[in-house]
Amino acid sequence: MLSLTSEVRTPWHGVSARAKLLGLLAATVAAFWLATPAQALAFAALVAGMHLPGGARFARQGARMLWPLWPFVAVILIWHAVTGAFAQGVVIVARMVALVGLANLVTMTTRLQDILAQVDAALALIRLPARARTRLALAVALVIRFTPVLMQRGSALAQAWRARSARRPGWRLVLPFALSAIDDAEQVAEALRARSGGL
Amino acid sequence: MERNITLIALFAALIAALGLVPKFDLAGGVPITAQSMGVMLAGSLLGARRGALAVLLFLFLVALGLPLLAGGRGGLGVFAGPTVGFLIGWPAAAFVTGWLVGVWRDGLFGRMPVAGTALAALVGGVGVLYAFGIGGFALITEQSLTASAAIMLVFIPGDIIKAVLTGFITQGVLRARPGLLRA
Repeated sequence: MLSLTSEVRTPWHGVSARAKLLGLLAATVAAFWLATPAQALAFAALVAGMHLPGGARFARQGARMLWPLWPFVAVILIWHAVTGAFAQGVVIVARMVALVGLANLVTMTTRLQDILAQVDAALALIRLPARARTRLALAVALVIRFTPVLMQRGSALAQAWRARSARRPGWRLVLPFALSAIDDAEQVAEALRARSGGL
Repeated sequence: MERNITLIALFAALIAALGLVPKFDLAGGVPITAQSMGVMLAGSLLGARRGALAVLLFLFLVALGLPLLAGGRGGLGVFAGPTVGFLIGWPAAAFVTGWLVGVWRDGLFGRMPVAGTALAALVGGVGVLYAFGIGGFALITEQSLTASAAIMLVFIPGDIIKAVLTGFITQGVLRARPGLLRA
């Protein structure tokens, strides 16, 4: 199953998805009032601490999800050091890393179906017709079903290329890749038309 | 309706798959992620509305916590990061690319289909996208727009190449599946 939800159980798994999402929203708004490096670093430490009840493996997973931020952290800190505003750079970096970490924590501790249930409730609240919600649910299911299929096909295309050429697979593979997705879509549409009686 | 839903969903899946496998290398072995090219292709192949919806659906699934962004990233965290502007700009990029391809179909696109599509992808997938991306970066990192633009400059050549490739690939797909653009 494609998902970033952690297999490691933490106390956060027991908190409702709605409470976590509202908490994240509140923290995101509140974080923009952090003004000094001490405040921002304390916020980042608090978020790091929130990963600890899950144990070392869970904390490592959280850290891995933050890793892609390092080039930005480096650029911002160097920029602010050069322009003589290092303290401001620390505030920006600590706030950014903490907010991304907190959002990742929500993702890691909330099951996909729980978040989907919240989305469905929100869409019902804004009175989106049931038919539109059904179409969205179908589209979501199709993407979840077909992403691994297309990934497998992409790997097969790349393998076929390597079997025939000493060069690395190039952009030309995107064409057959796109064609196969389009053909799948046409076939699935045909099957849906035949079985659903109209969406 | 079924066809529109499946095309939108399968293109969202294609954008995801392009970010994960296979890895593409430009001449000289420079690795590129084909995900942003998937966004341009969604617009040029599905049209403005369906292309933008495919990208929105993809981002919706990323927000739900699926690791669909290049490198297996996903979840709510990416919307709090410095590249959030690019993510928000993706649906607009697909829409503008698709809209321009539609507008130019009888003119520039008809006479020079590859160049017309590449130009549309350049305006949508580079011009519009970087306007959002630079704005988002400036907001999150509290940099000036000029400084943010200077930092982002390094990525633009790769995206210009992807826009040109979008022109060739779109033309190839439409030659093989001429009925694709019908609603």
